[in-house]
Amino acid sequence: MIELVSRGRCITCDRCIAACPTNVFDRGPDGVPVVARQSDCQTCFMCEAYCPTDALFVAPNVAPLAEGDPLRDEQYLESAGLLGSYRAEIGWGHGRTPGARLAVGPDLHRPTATTPKGP
Amino acid sequence: MIDILDLTADVLVVGGGPAGAWAALKAAQAGADVLLVDKGYLGTSGATASAGTGVWYVEPEAKAREAAMASRENLNGHLSDRRWMARVLDQTYANINELAAAGRYPFPRDADGAELRKGVQGPEYMRRMRAWLKRSGVRILDHSPVLELMTDATGAVAGVAGHRRQIDQPYRVRAGAVVLATGGCAFLSRALGCDVNTGDGALFAAEVGAALSGMEFSNAYAIAPEFSTVTKTAYYSYASFYREDGTVLDGAGSQRGRSVIARELLHARVFARLDKADAAVQAAMRLGQPNFFLPFDRMRINPFTDRFPITLLLEGTVRGTGGVRIAGEDCSTGIPGLYVAGDVATRELICGGFTGGGSHNSAWAMSSGTWAGQAAARHATALGPNARRRKLTAAGRTGLRPTGAAADTIAELVRAVRAETHPYDKNYLRRGDVLTASLATLNEHWADARAHLRGADRLASRQAAAMLAHARWMYTAALARTESRGMHKRLDHPESDPGRRHRLIVGGLDELWSSPDPVRPHTPLDLAVA
Repeated sequence: MIELVSRGRCITCDRCIAACPTNVFDRGPDGVPVVARQSDCQTCFMCEAYCPTDALFVAPNVAPLAEGDPLRDEQYLESAGLLGSYRAEIGWGHGRTPGARLAVGPDLHRPTATTPKGP
Repeated sequence: MIDILDLTADVLVVGGGPAGAWAALKAAQAGADVLLVDKGYLGTSGATASAGTGVWYVEPEAKAREAAMASRENLNGHLSDRRWMARVLDQTYANINELAAAGRYPFPRDADGAELRKGVQGPEYMRRMRAWLKRSGVRILDHSPVLELMTDATGAVAGVAGHRRQIDQPYRVRAGAVVLATGGCAFLSRALGCDVNTGDGALFAAEVGAALSGMEFSNAYAIAPEFSTVTKTAYYSYASFYREDGTVLDGAGSQRGRSVIARELLHARVFARLDKADAAVQAAMRLGQPNFFLPFDRMRINPFTDRFPITLLLEGTVRGTGGVRIAGEDCSTGIPGLYVAGDVATRELICGGFTGGGSHNSAWAMSSGTWAGQAAARHATALGPNARRRKLTAAGRTGLRPTGAAADTIAELVRAVRAETHPYDKNYLRRGDVLTASLATLNEHWADARAHLRGADRLASRQAAAMLAHARWMYTAALARTESRGMHKRLDHPESDPGRRHRLIVGGLDELWSSPDPVRPHTPLDLAVA
């Protein structure tokens, strides 16, 4: 679920408010979006992809994180390279190669035949 | 609340996933004035935008096309139609090539520089579609859910009413024709990107008299890490499955062994590890679909070496093949002015009772979108300017206009519908007595909702009504099909019955009905079986 809107990074462009398909954001009084309906977040990561300054972070968890979880801490996320990591992987942003250009996935019909290695 | 916004269009498209986007594009290319409205945002809404998908893109060579059509017929219970498959293969080939040229989609290239056009990344695909629609003159209203259809004095569909939720403004559109492209129904299961897919379009269509087909093929479940939403079942063909104590779960698999996983999950946790993926496959997975790795990277799990807990998330008729019955090659519904495209329509015509990967689904979305958009444009043109002067009647009922005292029972109703549709021992591992009890419960909820449901949030009211209607059609069809076929497996009828190789139509809202619908024979083999 959406866990972080970085006030320091946000440029109040409203793109996440428009792009969120389940409408979780409201525009705050100073323009910085607030997560008004976290329970409606479907954890699709699309807001991160559309944020031009990597100011948003979506934790992969379907339930809200507890107070004090590192995935809610901007400093931790920044140092772990997680802020903006999805946008980088799909190659969105100036000077990047679109991920679509490189998206050649594995063969999905014939997995290499090996036996499971056990626990 | 701001005064109502009154709009007109030749063609009104409801839904901004791939099917709606293609319908709008093709209607605009045919010269129609097109308005597309989406509940969320065209570019992020729906099952495709947040994922990635293969595309059923097959070179127009007789042998390759024959193999493509034959490959799924056993799995799908022989309920598909070769004529429709051939049309979809032709249309998909044309559309993907158009997406590469006019749509400027950046397909990957092979070593010789030739583009590989058998798949698309969701975010890029839908971003390009949005830009292309804007260039083509399509007007787009985001965050503007439709709440109901409007009909004229003859019963023809002539517009919609909805709500612009970010500015709290009601709106109404008078249109020559309406294309529903609202997606399937995943019952708010949190399967990736699917929470906007609550079956709204099927409810709208049924309220003006359309029927549904294939609703028994509605029990698709996808594998996801237990804590997460990210469904990409195909990648689990590289997985081994384990119990919590580390022993191998025999017979479990991403394809045929998924029911083994479901049975185990009823009483214990199940773990997976993608230990059949070598280094090359691992790298290709990351390039193919980066978002598959978001849960793992963020939770510091290495899915190739660590065992992680998994779950199965209901994908309902998003991946299941049931939906509004198609009455003609133009994706008409039998109701004048109403067309359907994508997952809201039945996909049985090309998929029968089973879909595995997304490639057929994406091909269906762009092909049916094309035909529905073009036909809607023709319909609107034939009506002429009089189409916009028709007196409109609102068609919405349950969730909007209760027959008795209004009550905001949305939350408990959603809980009840989920409790009857999500559990593996009700919807996946199906049995007649369990389905009968579930349907009775759902029918009681419908009677109550019809009489009382109306919350302050009208979209949420309608979504709850739509999911409830969907569940009742599903179980009505599942009970009528007293055999196993395609993805519909009955524990009490484990075999296929050759006498039941037909489709099933269901319909109705207060009183439900079902009837068999023959599959058109298309090959000598079919003629022999039929």
